[in-house]
Amino acid sequence: MQVNVKIKRFNPEQDNRPYWSEHNVEVSETDRILDVMNQIKWEEDGSFTYRRSCGHAICGSDAILLNGVNRLACRVLVKDIGSNINIEPIRGLPVIKDLIVDMEPFFDSYKAILPFFMNDDPEPTTERYQSVEDRAIFDDTTKCILCACCTTSCPIFWTNGQYLGPAAIVNAHRFIFDSRDQGTSERLGVLNQVNGLWRCRTAYNCTEACPRDIPITKAIEEVKRELLWRKA
Amino acid sequence: MVTKVYTLNDAKAAAGNNFELYWWVFMRVSGLLLVFLVLGHIYMQNIAINSAEINYDYVVSRFSSPTWKIYDIFLLGLTILHGANGLRYVIDDYVKNLSTRFWVKTIVFTVIASIFVLGSITLWTFNFQEIGDVMRSVPSH
Repeated sequence: MQVNVKIKRFNPEQDNRPYWSEHNVEVSETDRILDVMNQIKWEEDGSFTYRRSCGHAICGSDAILLNGVNRLACRVLVKDIGSNINIEPIRGLPVIKDLIVDMEPFFDSYKAILPFFMNDDPEPTTERYQSVEDRAIFDDTTKCILCACCTTSCPIFWTNGQYLGPAAIVNAHRFIFDSRDQGTSERLGVLNQVNGLWRCRTAYNCTEACPRDIPITKAIEEVKRELLWRKA
Repeated sequence: MVTKVYTLNDAKAAAGNNFELYWWVFMRVSGLLLVFLVLGHIYMQNIAINSAEINYDYVVSRFSSPTWKIYDIFLLGLTILHGANGLRYVIDDYVKNLSTRFWVKTIVFTVIASIFVLGSITLWTFNFQEIGDVMRSVPSH
């Protein structure tokens, strides 16, 4: 099928401002959007630049703004979109070139919530036991692939780059509700500040954007309640 | 760290007090109360009676009862605080320049505080009987 692809392009060495490039390409309706992008890069314009790696919605490299919503290019098929395909870089992070944005502010927020296992008890000789029920509490938030679809769909992140963003809070949730972890008070200390948890206005954009179907807003609300019970 | 300290308030917040936590709880509690208070108000003033029939005497008789004074001071106070904090969220989100933000907040909060003070004075210290007598003594057109 014939599709019309519009891509928001920007090359800092040549352009003063972003512009739209248009491509009419012949693709199969079962192609992924990533295949369409590859076809344009390989056959039409080799300067078109984007990140991609595994192509199976696991590495989280190819988050794009696709027809106004954040999606992974490798997880959406042409037939789900139709013949008009608009592709832009994800919002709220500085564009380096074409679809490549500077992810450092995003990863700084991720690092700020201490995304690693903390437990000072002596290591047991066997594994640290966790019941199936305890594991289920944070099952959803273990699925995050750090693609930034949620954070860059958040209207508060757009207006105020200081907000930690949903992805950081999701990853904090993953450790806060882990029965084996002991770093909860440190993480809640990071989140309990004006630019942390409390900037969330429950817009639900993050939940709709997540390619891993994590109920992100629900996770954020759970962290808010945990903070409330601990401080009250 | 992505969180930079910009103002005294930001610094205080970053130092780990529970200011934002308490406002968050307040927004939930006041929101829930306001649903009932506002619906009750609408029912009593617009559905149970014809709102076109509300006149000075009706208001006087209503405000002569402490119950309705308390009801209305809650309605006024919670609406003002709930709305003011919502505006504070919006200002924090969208007004990025810190001196502009300071002045916008100063003006907005001053106006809101004036409305609250005016409303409370009317509710609690306004002498309806006296003013009513004065009004009735003015010949009607």
